[in-house]
Amino acid sequence: MIEREVVIKNRAGLHTRPAATLVKTASKYKSAFFIYKDGMEINGKSIIGVMTLAAEQGSTLILKFEGEDELAAAEEVVAFFQRGFDE
Amino acid sequence: MSVVKKEKLLRGVPASPGIAVGNAYLYTKEIPSVQERLLEDGTYEQEIDRMSAAIQKSEKELGKILAFARQKVGDAKAKIFEAQIMVLQDNVLIESLKKRIQKEKKNAEFIVSDEISKYAKLMLSAHDEYMHERAHDMEDLRNRIIRNMYQEKLISKLEGSSIIVAHSLTPADTMILSRNKVLGYATDLGGVTSHAALFSRSLKIPAVVGLGDVSREVETGDQLIIDGYSGVIVVHPTEERLKDYEAKRQHFVLFEEQLAQLKDLPAETKDGHAIELSANIELPEELEYVVLQGSRGVGLYRTESLLIGQDDFPTEEEQYLEYKKVADRIYPHRVIMRTFDIGGDKIAPEMAEEANPFLGWRGIRICLDRPDLFMQQLRALLRASARKNLAIMFPMISTIGEVHKAKEFVEQAKAELCAKEIAFDANVQIGVMIEVPSAALSAGPIAALVDFLSIGSNDLTQYLLAVDRGNSLVADLYQPFDPAVLITLKHVINSGHKHGKWVGICGEFAGNPVATALLIGLGIDELSVVPAVLPEIKKIIRSLNYSDMQIITRKALNLSTGDEVDSCLRKFLISECPDIPVENN
Repeated sequence: MIEREVVIKNRAGLHTRPAATLVKTASKYKSAFFIYKDGMEINGKSIIGVMTLAAEQGSTLILKFEGEDELAAAEEVVAFFQRGFDE
Repeated sequence: MSVVKKEKLLRGVPASPGIAVGNAYLYTKEIPSVQERLLEDGTYEQEIDRMSAAIQKSEKELGKILAFARQKVGDAKAKIFEAQIMVLQDNVLIESLKKRIQKEKKNAEFIVSDEISKYAKLMLSAHDEYMHERAHDMEDLRNRIIRNMYQEKLISKLEGSSIIVAHSLTPADTMILSRNKVLGYATDLGGVTSHAALFSRSLKIPAVVGLGDVSREVETGDQLIIDGYSGVIVVHPTEERLKDYEAKRQHFVLFEEQLAQLKDLPAETKDGHAIELSANIELPEELEYVVLQGSRGVGLYRTESLLIGQDDFPTEEEQYLEYKKVADRIYPHRVIMRTFDIGGDKIAPEMAEEANPFLGWRGIRICLDRPDLFMQQLRALLRASARKNLAIMFPMISTIGEVHKAKEFVEQAKAELCAKEIAFDANVQIGVMIEVPSAALSAGPIAALVDFLSIGSNDLTQYLLAVDRGNSLVADLYQPFDPAVLITLKHVINSGHKHGKWVGICGEFAGNPVATALLIGLGIDELSVVPAVLPEIKKIIRSLNYSDMQIITRKALNLSTGDEVDSCLRKFLISECPDIPVENN
């Protein structure tokens, strides 16, 4: 299992558009992907879940990946966060 | 046996102009009550199939609504429906719904309702306007799936042409209902900026919102009059009332036809004094209407309309394309674009809670505190100015220092574009809204720094008289004809002229037919009005002499109360332009 901590960088936060890209990216991999925020745990491959996080700029999220391709999944997803969702 | 029902008048907020008479259709969105029920063994697969079919059907429906919305109200606002479709395609959600049906052995309606409500509740618990809207979208979606499971067709009940009466309307409701023959919308909730209001204006259907309890006062089939000009709903109108309104409606239709003939004529007084008559635009969709009404230009384009229904601030490129589209359509005339005016009573994407929003973080104050957003917008505006028919205006200026700062940002944006060799109008006109008393008093030194001044009469009047129009306890103290307002207008206009700058007005006052003679008599150079009244104001200008307007203005300036000023100007208008529909009071 891989665990990573990320901070939301873009101004508008994790709104619908980046949420959709995030789900799409994570879904390419077989590994399970969960996001933890303020005691909430949601499946990172679910758009309704990711939308519910209401993660705004500056908030910290814990990402957990588990499965055969967890390393590659973590790398690509974390990079998307670090690029501020390309916004 | 027929019982004559008593006529009742309900007052709300006029949201979209027009008059219609028709039968009410009470649109209730109460979902069929969802009962929790245990499934019999061996029927789980069947239950799951039933749910999947309802989800597929919902997706199809939303796909149609999305296509219709894109065509009718534009891509930006249609995005609301895209998010709902994405959720219907959420495999994690759908798998967990299926698993729950099998594991808990409960009916699909209950599982769908329970699961989606869980997310909606979480969204509602966030202290964020944006998340609250998403929560309502999710509830809307849940109701749609459940309706489809019950195979209920809501819309098929709507036969013939009706006036839709509802507690509130979601964007999806407004869009789907509009595919039928809808004569008007009347809702309990909502302000002029609510989705229902914006959509009905784009669709040119009369609407009255904020009626309080119209959905409880009215039943399906009741005869109604909807008056989108004054924001009135008449339930069970008497014969006499119907005649009155029919006359009023015909008068408006006829009058509008007459006015249409003025379309290509200039806004010039009988004795040859020309006024720049332009239109205020709230939505890009209004542009065609403005051109049709014979406007020579756009005196106020509210760029914050780009933010409606948006998840976040549009990018520089998105803004540029939108601004360019407007500037190109209005070319060779000019469009004055006001930078984002958010806060106060206007939409704010990141609502900060303030005790006194009208005295708080709004207009240019937000722009100057958020240079990233401001620079992005200025670059987009400058790029769209390349054909030299776009001017930039700053809202809510209260000090000379703010004008200096805002201008520095413009210079910086120009330098950035120069460095990248991107075209823009190097002499782009810069103006300031005069809507705060301090700015009105400093109109002289401010005029020295800019190319033009534009008076925002609604806010200026509210600030001068310390009256919140939205507060029903004091709303009757809002008197735009108050002598203090007149003195202020005179000072601002004279100060602008002293520095050789033109002065316009773009508030509601500019479109008030009773005020036209006064404003022109005070020397205003430009009137920017809502498109619907533009031909009427043009007709007034063309029927009067500038010299007479100056005389009546001098008289008005000597009166001591707002009511006296109002009635003096009203009498003048009625005697000089008997065609104009104005009531004597």
